[in-house]
Formats: sequence, C-alpha cells, structure tokens
Amino acid sequence: MELTISGVGVRLGGRWVVDGVDATPPPGALTGLLGPNGAGKTTLLRLVAGLLPPDAGAVLVPASPDAAAGDQVPVHALRSRDRARRVALLEQEAHATVPLTVREVVALGRIPYRSLWGADPDEAAVTRALAAADAAHLAERTWSTLSGGERQRVHIARALAQEPELLLLDEPTNHLDVSAQLSLLAFVAGLGVTTVAALHDLNLAAAFCTHVLVLSRGRLVAAGPPADVLTPALLREVYDVDADVLVHPRTGRPVIALAGRA
Amino acid sequence: MAGTTTVRVPAAVRADERGPGPRGPRRPPLAVLVVTGLVVLVVSLLVTVTIGPAGLGVGEVARVVGHHLGLVGDVPTLHDAIVWDLRAPRVLTAAAVGAGLAVAGAVMQSLTRNPLADPYLLGLSSGASLGAVAVLVVGVSLLLPVAAFVGAVAALVATLALARTGGSVTPTRAVLAGLAVSQLAAAATSFVIFWTATGDSYREILSWLLGSLAGATWPSVAIAGGALLVVGSVVLVTGGRLDAFAFGDTAAAALGIDVDRTRWTLMTLVALLTGAMVAVSGAIGFVGLVLPHAVSVVTGPTHRRLLPVAALTGATFLVWADTLARTVFAPRELPVGIVTALVGVPVFAVLLRRGRGTAWS
Repeated sequence: MELTISGVGVRLGGRWVVDGVDATPPPGALTGLLGPNGAGKTTLLRLVAGLLPPDAGAVLVPASPDAAAGDQVPVHALRSRDRARRVALLEQEAHATVPLTVREVVALGRIPYRSLWGADPDEAAVTRALAAADAAHLAERTWSTLSGGERQRVHIARALAQEPELLLLDEPTNHLDVSAQLSLLAFVAGLGVTTVAALHDLNLAAAFCTHVLVLSRGRLVAAGPPADVLTPALLREVYDVDADVLVHPRTGRPVIALAGRA
Repeated sequence: MAGTTTVRVPAAVRADERGPGPRGPRRPPLAVLVVTGLVVLVVSLLVTVTIGPAGLGVGEVARVVGHHLGLVGDVPTLHDAIVWDLRAPRVLTAAAVGAGLAVAGAVMQSLTRNPLADPYLLGLSSGASLGAVAVLVVGVSLLLPVAAFVGAVAALVATLALARTGGSVTPTRAVLAGLAVSQLAAAATSFVIFWTATGDSYREILSWLLGSLAGATWPSVAIAGGALLVVGSVVLVTGGRLDAFAFGDTAAAALGIDVDRTRWTLMTLVALLTGAMVAVSGAIGFVGLVLPHAVSVVTGPTHRRLLPVAALTGATFLVWADTLARTVFAPRELPVGIVTALVGVPVFAVLLRRGRGTAWS
C-alpha cells in the first residue's frame, strides 16, 4: 500500500507526543519503527491505523484498494469498517478476558466483513489465515493455554484474516524467545504486505527491515535502509549508547555491538 | 530484501511446540442448542403452569388455556381465575425477566470486560429500589412498577453523567460511577425504610428488594415481554460486535467498531431493559451475574452463540426458580431471589470445577 505520513502530529495532555513526522514506508516491505521508550512509536502506529485523529498533518492511504497512484485520502477519514478491511493493527500485550478458542480469536478479524446477520462472505478466510500464519495446528486450542510465541502467531493470523493492505505491529517480538523472534519477523518480512513494526531490538530491525524510521521525543530523526541509518553517531544521539556497527559475516546485514552507555 | 533470505529460519514452528496440546472445549452447533433450549422452555412453561396449591390437574389447566385460545367452551370461573389470571402471567413474566436478565448480564460483562458485572451494575437496582420503597411506604403499591422504572432510569442517567468524560464512557469509570450511585440510592432507601416502615410494609418492602414475581399480572407480561422483544432483538443482531471487545477497546476500534457509540448505545439499551425487569420483579440476583458464565461453558464466549442460549436458559431457570419459590413453603412464598441463589450457586460451583482448565483458567 502506498502510505504517506505527511507532517503528522498529535497533542496528548498538552504535549506533542508525535510532532511533524514525514515518512513514506516502502510498499510491500517491512519498515521498522525504532526509538527509545516514550519516543511516540505506539502513538504514531495509532495515528497510522486511523484510530487517533491527528492535530496536525495527515496519514494518507490510497482512496480505495485499486486507486491510481497518488489518489490518496486521510486514513482517519475512511469509514471505520472500510478502514478495518484494509489496515490491521496488533497491539502490544493484547489479552483476552474470555475463554476463546484460537479459531474464534482469528474469526474476530472477519468482523469488518460480516453482514448484519453475522454471515461471513468468505467462510474459508479464517482457515486460510490460520494456515498462512502456520497456526492451523492450534485452531481448537483455548487462547489461555498458548505460549507467548503461539499467541503472537495467532494474533498475526487474526490480522491476516482482515486481509489488510497495511499491517501495523506494536512490539511483536516482546516476550518471545530468540527463535520465535526470528521466525516471526522472517514470516512478516516475507508476507509482501506493507508492514510497519515498532521494534525494541535494533539487531532484529537491522536483520529484517527494508527500511527503518527512528523516532526521538515524538520527532522523526532518521529514515532509510538500516545500513545507512543505524550509525554509531545516531545510536549515541537517540539511545544514549556507545556502540559499534559491524557487518554480519554471513548475512551482510548491520550488527550493533553495544560497548556501554555513551 | 536480499539479506533476509540468507537468515535460516524454520518454515514451521519447532517440532517440540507442535504437539497436539490440550484440546479445546467441544462446542455443539448453535441450532441444536437453540432448538433444545426452546423445547425445554416451552415444556417448562406448560408444566409449571399446572403446578400450584389449588390442585388443578393437567386436563383442567389445558381446558382453560384452550378456552382462551377459542378451542374449548366454558370453563369454571375459579379455574379460569387461577390459571389465566394468576399462574399464566406469572410464569410468562418469569420467563421474560429471566431471559432479559441473562442477556443484560452477558452484555454488561462484555462491555466492561469484567466477569463480575451484572445487569444492575450501573446503579439500576438501587435506583429502582428507592423508587419502589418510596411508593410502598406511602402505600400506593399500584404505582410501584412506574416508580421503580423511574428510579432505575434516574440512577442510570446519574451514573452515565458521572462516568462520562470527554464524550466517552470508559468501563472502569462506568463501574465506579455505578457503585457511587448505588451506594447513595441504597443509603436513601435505608433511610426511608428506617424512618417510616412498619410491620406489614416492611415485609412487603423486603420481599420486593429480594426480588419477587408474586405481583405478576398480564400488564407485567406486556412490560417485561415487550422490553425483551424490542431491546433483545436489537442486542441479538448487534451482539456480534461485542466479540470485538475481547481484546480491549483499541483492538475493537482496529476491527472497525465505533467503540464509544457501541458502548453508549448498548449500555443504555440494556439498562432500559433491566429497568423494565426491575419494575415488574424487583432486583432478582444471580441470574444476570452467573448464568452467562454457566452458559458460555457450553456455547463458548462468542455472542452470536452465547446471547440466544443465555436468553432461553435464563427464561427456563427463572420459571423453575419461581415455581419453587411459590410452592416449597406454600402457602407462604419465598422471594425468588433467595431461590435463584440457593439453586444457582451449587450448579455454578459444579460448572466452575468441571470447567477448570478450559473456561476460566
């Protein structure tokens, strides 16, 4: 999806939590949204998702799934049901309070498509989403019995059931073991769906993202391919750390080696 | 993307995560549950209407019902009075109130994401009690349903006004505001009772506060049944949206739900439904709080399955609870609220133990 973040800003509690951010995440690829805690990553994701109306600027998306290039409208101006068919957001730490099965959780992603009477025009969509996220074997399990990695897979399946053109993930690798982190990001990067993921782990971002956006105190301070953006100078300025950036001997991707606080 | 392809990542989840794992709950088809529920409810209505101290047989009751359906000629006036004027409106009111409370409870629990929510959460029962007690001590019990409904609506308005911030009602604030309004109305009720009630009116008040269907008449059937039909059908149709709240407000909004509008609308509708129920029967506990949980063990928590089955089960449950209330110590009557708790809590305890590991783990 052709996504244009244009001078977007929002005030919450009298403070500009996101302030004049301009960015164009590349279509069909994984963009990492980086920055220390409190930099405004979650708020920016909510703005991009159209869940929060901006106080300045706009987040622009194609007017319709088959709109011509450049025919864009503000995402928060879309009808909420249409928006939910095109943009999926996975929150950080989303917990269910009721004993849903995995299949029922994934079926939540079909809510934007259901008729007034609850019929889904595409009955097979849930099964496809489960299979695509490699969670089909979990379908009959109860949500509360899943491990952290399994839950995240099911959340992804729920988002895929929305059949989105734009996927927004808030810290998707939190609480996952190393192997599950790698498999999740490799999966997301290979989807071919325009994805923006807030990430804490710089090395994961460097390994899997095509493009990264770095936020600091609500402002965008750098954007571009990880190898260009993640420099020792930037890490010192934004994260207040002393780091070397190496090249991974096998993947050729940047590796951030932290030496200590700046 | 060239770099990522060289990172070797398993195509599937690791084998040790792949085991079958604990099986999820088995969920019977909705049609089976609804048909079974309907049959059980209709049979319950027909059976309970024959039960009572007057000792009328099934045949005599059937003749009275047949008479009113125009199938049978004249029946004895006494039989007609007992069956048609006393029992029939009573079991039908019980069914409507039971169904309404179960639906109201299920919706409130989902809207607030709080398993302890019940239909009276927004101060409705206390408001209704205050209205009812005020007219009972004055001695105009004919006005009771009206006063109770006015009290319930007044409490609802006060609660929502307190809970409202910047145009939206958050679940936590709604619960807290309801608590405040409840406490205030309860204190005012206690004051009125303490100050003015004497012997007879005291018993009448207590019976009403605990919930009772003893005063049910055909107008009660119309009030409770009408409210159930109107509000219940809206809730059943829009209830699917409640599923979206399972992972919280932001998740619901991301699924295209207008969270504030949905919460406002459903809370208000359900509160009006509850107000109508309280007006005809007082505040009957347990049904709205526990029954939705018990039903969800069988149906699962998705609302298109839960709500219709909860309505049918609530109706059947209250019909039988009220039958017990009026017969066990006949000719004395127990307030039905006592029976719902006495019968319901053990049933719930069994479900809670059996449901361990699947439902509320």
